[in-house]
Amino acid sequence: MILKIEHVNRQYTEDERSVEVLRDINLELKEGEFVSIIGTSGCGKTTLLRLITGLDKANEGRILFQGEEVASPHYKRGYIFQQHNLFQWLTVEKNVAAGLKARHVFKENRQNIQKYIDLVGLKGFEKSYPHQLSGGMAQRVAIARALINEPELLVLDEPMGALDSFTRADIQDKLLEIRKEKNLTMLLVTHDVDEAVYMSDRIVIMTPRPGKINEIIDVKIPYPRNRGGVEFLSLRRKLLEKFDLANAQPQPEYMI
Amino acid sequence: MQAKERNVVRYAGYVLFTVLGFLAAILINWLFPQMDKTVTFQSYQTIFGKMDAGTLLRIVLVILVIGFTVSGALAFRDEEKRKKYIDRAKFRFAMGILIAVLDITGTKMKILPQPFFPGPAEILAPFLEEGDFILTNTLYSLRLYIFGFSFGVLFGIGTGILIGWFEKAYYWISPVLNIAGVIPAVAWMPFALTLFPTPFTAAVFLIVICAWFPIASLTAMGIQSTPRAQYEAAKILGGNTAYLLFHEAIPNAMPQIFTGISTANANAFTTLVMAEMLGQPGGLGYYINLAKVWSSYYKVFAAILIMAVLFSIILKLVGRIEKYVLRWQRGIVK
Ligand SMILES: Nc1ncnc2c1ncn2[C@@H]1O[C@H](COP(=O)(O)OP(=O)(O)O)[C@@H](O)[C@H]1O
Ligand SMILES: [Mg+2]
Repeated sequence: MILKIEHVNRQYTEDERSVEVLRDINLELKEGEFVSIIGTSGCGKTTLLRLITGLDKANEGRILFQGEEVASPHYKRGYIFQQHNLFQWLTVEKNVAAGLKARHVFKENRQNIQKYIDLVGLKGFEKSYPHQLSGGMAQRVAIARALINEPELLVLDEPMGALDSFTRADIQDKLLEIRKEKNLTMLLVTHDVDEAVYMSDRIVIMTPRPGKINEIIDVKIPYPRNRGGVEFLSLRRKLLEKFDLANAQPQPEYMI
Repeated sequence: MQAKERNVVRYAGYVLFTVLGFLAAILINWLFPQMDKTVTFQSYQTIFGKMDAGTLLRIVLVILVIGFTVSGALAFRDEEKRKKYIDRAKFRFAMGILIAVLDITGTKMKILPQPFFPGPAEILAPFLEEGDFILTNTLYSLRLYIFGFSFGVLFGIGTGILIGWFEKAYYWISPVLNIAGVIPAVAWMPFALTLFPTPFTAAVFLIVICAWFPIASLTAMGIQSTPRAQYEAAKILGGNTAYLLFHEAIPNAMPQIFTGISTANANAFTTLVMAEMLGQPGGLGYYINLAKVWSSYYKVFAAILIMAVLFSIILKLVGRIEKYVLRWQRGIVK
């Protein structure tokens, strides 16, 4: 097990009132596994990812990464933010190299920069600045920036939320390719059921108020998956039904 | 092809229009009779031979004509520069005409109140009369500016980083900065003159503090406005505290640092001239004071002319540096 989440609770205090965001979260990730988390907006998905990366701390329970308790951020746990969060004043090339610079391993790894830029298909944009890129390109830079640190776990927070469906499919395939090549463990938060079915070994369904894990579903369809296949569509339908049941209290559409 | 040729002809027309005013000024200076007989121009020996102020004016005008013709030709290839050049044609034409009018009213006929409104040739006369002295004073001002401003920028950014980054420093230093910041730097002149060994170092001190305040407070604001998410992104990549400061906070603050530098520049010019007028053994402010004592207003104008040119060049240079450092912003709608 590369990641173990044990009985994690997280509350925030707001106006002297305690708000329970995550309750008794338990989850284990095997090495090389691709797990998706789906759930409505506000059910604590981002909070959970922040706990895993070490940007935030749980009130109770613990998170073990490779057997050690997570205390602070570490480059071995890469994170793709919901907004790409690139450094505006650096070119694509330098954004990708940022991790190497930050860890003082730039000299010995500089040849990797081009490799990762090529990997995410941004050859020719090395000298561009973030504001010159489209949303999809920026998100791909963010992926290259995370990958150059050769993380062992990559968590992704709705990285394709704001992208059109073509760009989205393109990045999905890219991520699966990278995962296969590097046997990288990935944890993806998404609100897109199709995306979850297309990519994951397992799908975690979360429900809100307080955020907890409702069910974990194994996806046994072999890769590469066909979005129009019978198994695909039936699992998709099953998931949507569960999703509705899981959120039995009516949810306004715009919340998703 | 024909349309292109028409464009070239039209553009050439704009170039001609630009220099036409200056050409008129040359002709007026040359051909218009000197009606007021109290004006006499002395000839001075220069490295280019004997010359009087009228000749110098015509030389300056010829240089302007050649300069604008060449810059017009160079701007032709770049569409943006060409548009700018065309846009400025009217103004430059008017400048030339204004010089011609001032030449007639100020020098040739002397119908403007004297000695407050000398003509353009008279304003250039001091450069022949005492060019070395003017140069010495210009260099004095320049040296004062360079020392004062560079230390001001250095201390300003340093202080700004301190108070922007460390809460303790913010608590203790920023109130002092806010109070001291509203006091015009020249108010410290009496202290500066007694505390510092030479008038020059005293004036440097004044420029340092007048540049210091705006730069420090804007640097601090820029650092504090760094989004938390940017720090988090750097932490995830393995950045330590030094990385967060030098690779996140400071680059993020750069646009504001340059805003501070612009404000500081304006302050520095004011302080520089005031300090020189209040007790320096040299500088353009000092030169103006001397000229005023002798009611030589044409010399005051000569000094003002140098200031205008010198300060514009400095602003242009700083602008260039800013444009380079903030090149990542180009195209971002502000
Ligand atoms: N720092 C915080 N302080 C207070 N409340 C927070 C904080 N972060 C998140 N929350 C609350 O926790 C809940 C879950 O947020 P989040 O994890 O961002 O949800 P999701 O990513 O699933 O949309 C929300 O109701 C949000 O208001
Ligand atoms: Mg979220």
